[in-house]
Amino acid sequence: MRPKGRGELDSLYFDYPHFDPPTRPGGEPQMPVVVVGAGPVGMVAALTLAQHGVRSLLLDAKATFNDGSRAICISRSSYHILDQLGIAAPFLEKSLGWTKGRSFYRGRQILEFDMPDSADEKFRPMYNLQQQYIEAFLWKAVEAAPLIETRWQSRVTGLEQRAEGAVLTVEDPNGSYALPARWVIAADGARSALRGLCGLRLKGENYEGRYVIADVKMAHDYPTIRRALFDPTCRPGGTVLIHRQPDGIWRIDYQLREDETNEEATREENVRASVEGVLAEIGHDGGYDLEWWSVYSANTLLLDDYRQGRVFFAGDSAHIVPIFGVRGLNNGIADGHNIGWKLAAVLNGDAGEGLLDSYTPERRGATLDVFANASKSTRFMTPPTHGWRVMRDAALSLALSRESAGHLANPRQMTPHTYADSPATTPDDPGFDAGPIPGAMIRDVALGDGHLSERLGKGLTLLTFGDPDFDVPPGLSVLRLPADGPVARAYGAAEGSAYLVRPDLHIAARWRSVTAGNLARALGRLAISEEETA
Amino acid sequence: MTQAELERIYEAMAKAIDAVGPDQSEVFLARLALALAEDLDQPERALEVIGESTAALTG
Repeated sequence: MRPKGRGELDSLYFDYPHFDPPTRPGGEPQMPVVVVGAGPVGMVAALTLAQHGVRSLLLDAKATFNDGSRAICISRSSYHILDQLGIAAPFLEKSLGWTKGRSFYRGRQILEFDMPDSADEKFRPMYNLQQQYIEAFLWKAVEAAPLIETRWQSRVTGLEQRAEGAVLTVEDPNGSYALPARWVIAADGARSALRGLCGLRLKGENYEGRYVIADVKMAHDYPTIRRALFDPTCRPGGTVLIHRQPDGIWRIDYQLREDETNEEATREENVRASVEGVLAEIGHDGGYDLEWWSVYSANTLLLDDYRQGRVFFAGDSAHIVPIFGVRGLNNGIADGHNIGWKLAAVLNGDAGEGLLDSYTPERRGATLDVFANASKSTRFMTPPTHGWRVMRDAALSLALSRESAGHLANPRQMTPHTYADSPATTPDDPGFDAGPIPGAMIRDVALGDGHLSERLGKGLTLLTFGDPDFDVPPGLSVLRLPADGPVARAYGAAEGSAYLVRPDLHIAARWRSVTAGNLARALGRLAISEEETA
Repeated sequence: MTQAELERIYEAMAKAIDAVGPDQSEVFLARLALALAEDLDQPERALEVIGESTAALTG
């Protein structure tokens, strides 16, 4: 929502584009993939398909981007995906990277934490950037991609599943038409039309914690450090979060009391009073402009299966997660990239459809992992009972003198999920005593002027150490590394070792001593036979 | 003690405080501290921790 007198897209700093309805062809040939929803998740999916040479049609019901800044924290793992797509530059230029958080208890700073970072990492652990910019930078890449056609103001109203594909009914201002597709990616958000058309429902829990998220523009001198205020004077018993964003915009999240209704809390004068209380608390006595606000509940909801026939669900259409772990957007980007490269491998004939069976276990597993961490964070940020509150306050107080208690107060930030149990992941070789395990995301390593992550191919990459004695099957990118270099040390590798890395930078398999036979078996788990790589 | 182990104890104590109820939670916490101090079997260390905890809440 925005202040009185300003429209929903009337931003203090961002010009929303207007997209006209599409000019359509006379007939609609079957598309390899239709992506429903041109938000961040849908655009990442379409860009991933295009990178692997697969055409897609992107539909969105709206005539512009999402209103308001919504998701603002982009994680390192998402930057790796953007980098794989070759589009990280505008994000790096505009966003504010950060590594540090500070927690305050009743006005006193009790903890400063640093998220893991080092010169070996190409990207910082987290970046703040408003969602409109995320969408605008992705859109620039989508617009420039010849393999992606976008149709705005196009709403999906029907779905028919067939053996060889799906047929969508699409409505735009010029009428209604049938759109056949071999595969459909439903990235159409929390109120997904496709989820309804498939007769599916999100399942899970609604937590009691509700927050107002408000953006204000102000000249406020504080570095890009996430501040968490526990039990502050302005909100006794509640929690407040403050994030810096580009363009002099600050995000303020504040917890609502049980007796504050959403309707009351989101009235402009009440938002202003609450924001002013927070600003007084942090010693900001200059003015401010209210930009945008919304209300948010801490839900953990997801689908039982992310696939229904020819339709794959990605992002908020498949799962709603609490904000504390900053995983809504980041998890969605990982969904879009995961299904994108897998569908491309199948459509290009590089892999069998079996590869698609790994999508739900991998990405639904990631969401369940988020829920486990988020429920811990929620209990800390929003203690549900007297016992949890006493322990939370004790941990906050103890954090003044003890580092271990500080970790209890440390918000659990995004770490990428490990696909150890995925059918596409080969069980670990017990010979390793270091390095990322199969299913984990690669660990980046500074290498020459750049980083290991930049040297990987677009498809599967085999990292070999030393001079392994076997023929690498064609179709794989191979990165030959010395058996005694920095990567070998970080990866616990020796002469003859190898790591098989997927397009999403997760490890598919690793061997202390690789052979053609065990590589072929690992490719088999990815539904890639030796003939298909040949 | 690992972070996960400390977290298990944090969770068990939160649930125990709720289980004994607000009228008895103070006695419960005192009893727990006394029993842990005896098991620790380092009286000087226990007195240091009492001092540390007092200072944090009165300082």
